[in-house]
Amino acid sequence: MIQIKGMVKCYGKVRALDGLSLQVEPGMVYGFLGPNGAGKTTTMRILSGLARPDEGQAWILGKEVGVNRMDQRPMIGVLPEEPAFYPWMTAREYLRDFIAPLYGLEPGAASRRAGEMLEEVGLSEAADRKCAGFSRGMRQRLGLAQALIHQPKVLLLDEPVSALDPAGRKEVLEVIGNLSGSTTILLSTHILADVERVCDMIGIISRGHMITEDRRDDLLARYALPLFEVEVDDDLGQWPEIASKLAFVKSITVSNHTARVLVKDVQSAQTGLLASVLEAGLHIRRFEIVHPSLEDIFLQLTEETPQPAQV
Amino acid sequence: MNRTLLSKEFLEQRRTYRLFILVAVLLVFGLISPVVAKYTPMLLRSIPGVPAGLAGIIPEATLSDAVGQYVKNTSQFGVILVIIFTMGVIAQEKERGTAAMLLTKPVRRSAMVLAKWSAGMGSLLVGLAAAAIGCALYTALLFQPLPLLGFLALNALMAVFLGVFLSVSLLASALARSQAAAAGIAFGSLVLLLILASIPRLGEVMPNQLLGWGVSLVLGGDASAWTALAVSFGIIILSVLVACLRLEREEI
Repeated sequence: MIQIKGMVKCYGKVRALDGLSLQVEPGMVYGFLGPNGAGKTTTMRILSGLARPDEGQAWILGKEVGVNRMDQRPMIGVLPEEPAFYPWMTAREYLRDFIAPLYGLEPGAASRRAGEMLEEVGLSEAADRKCAGFSRGMRQRLGLAQALIHQPKVLLLDEPVSALDPAGRKEVLEVIGNLSGSTTILLSTHILADVERVCDMIGIISRGHMITEDRRDDLLARYALPLFEVEVDDDLGQWPEIASKLAFVKSITVSNHTARVLVKDVQSAQTGLLASVLEAGLHIRRFEIVHPSLEDIFLQLTEETPQPAQV
Repeated sequence: MNRTLLSKEFLEQRRTYRLFILVAVLLVFGLISPVVAKYTPMLLRSIPGVPAGLAGIIPEATLSDAVGQYVKNTSQFGVILVIIFTMGVIAQEKERGTAAMLLTKPVRRSAMVLAKWSAGMGSLLVGLAAAAIGCALYTALLFQPLPLLGFLALNALMAVFLGVFLSVSLLASALARSQAAAAGIAFGSLVLLLILASIPRLGEVMPNQLLGWGVSLVLGGDASAWTALAVSFGIIILSVLVACLRLEREEI
């Protein structure tokens, strides 16, 4: 549905994209993650037809994208990082009289879809206000509405919730989540919690190239450490010393009432470690296998990436 | 021509008061030109202390003065207005980010340029029409009725003359990435055209010759400036074409 192969984009001596490749399958919500300056927005601009790559190609719906290629435009919706609107237009006019007709919607359908989208993104009350007075969050909501008005098959969302408050983020992510399965979405963000919430597939980009790409759950599992956390009510006493001699334990670190136990064999540790704690007479408050967050993986991967290439 | 873009441009002309200002300013100059032509000699003669001999040689105003005043006022203020109103139309969209919003849609970049040019010319024609009607009414009232065909031809030539500056300003707007840069290029182009017009043989084929030709058509002279007309159309077409090509190639 969306495919990028060996894309290179240079700005002066800096390679903003350095051989980037990715593929997004139909109906998937693809989280495109990366720190600031990683190349996310450049990728989005190329896919949107606003910029052209120096090398490599990209396809959307099987058609090559380009600055002057119109083939796939009617079927994609784009939300730029900082959506901008004509200050003298109202939100309803923008959607009904400007954007919808550009996609060929007849006046009746345009009016109906504009109303629906304003409702969906929570802008009904501000629909007839001029865009000049809109906050950044409101502009982001209207930006999402204009991207969705023609029911596109592919959505390119560049930081779609970065300007929203927590409640607004939840609402907009629900809108995006509801499109999963029917619309292919490439969502660029650096807010990891949002990606964990809505994305099926995750690609982490740093310094212009893909570091890793996998299904969300597989990615989390791939980077899972065999680590247990044991928290007790009282002092851990001699238990860390005892536990460190167990065959399946690799190392233990202690912090106040909590011990983090890195093990060699998770299955043995699941029973053996718990038994050991109980034998020591400790009152367990928490005993769990630590799952790495996307943030842990992200930081681990992006910090390992070498310095940017220069041409 | 993309009708949606054209509608938006005309709506923008109205909402941002550009159309109103253009019509109002040109109408005022259309109205006052024959009045100024008529009463200036009378005012000069009535100034206290003007020697009797001098007052006697100040000529009576004629139709020629009214037409000359109209052409001078409307062309000068028209040039300033079309440059000011056009120089930012594309650069501002690039600067604000509205161009990036629009150009991800199924819209050719050249359609954006053509819509802006058409709307600008449309507003200019409305303004010129208002000025022409005002001038024709007051001239008929104070002097004599203007010859209809000749006056229409004068205004058509004036529209072409102003269209040159509008098109060059649009090109400046397409070339620049900011409004400030667009303003610099637009006013630089104005100065360049004025310099070229003052060069003896070259000046005879520059757009300003259209004004003299237009006056001649009203007053029954035999001047013509077909080469200047061709040059003017050439500048207009070339400016719009280069603006389209520039935007087609530009990364937004």
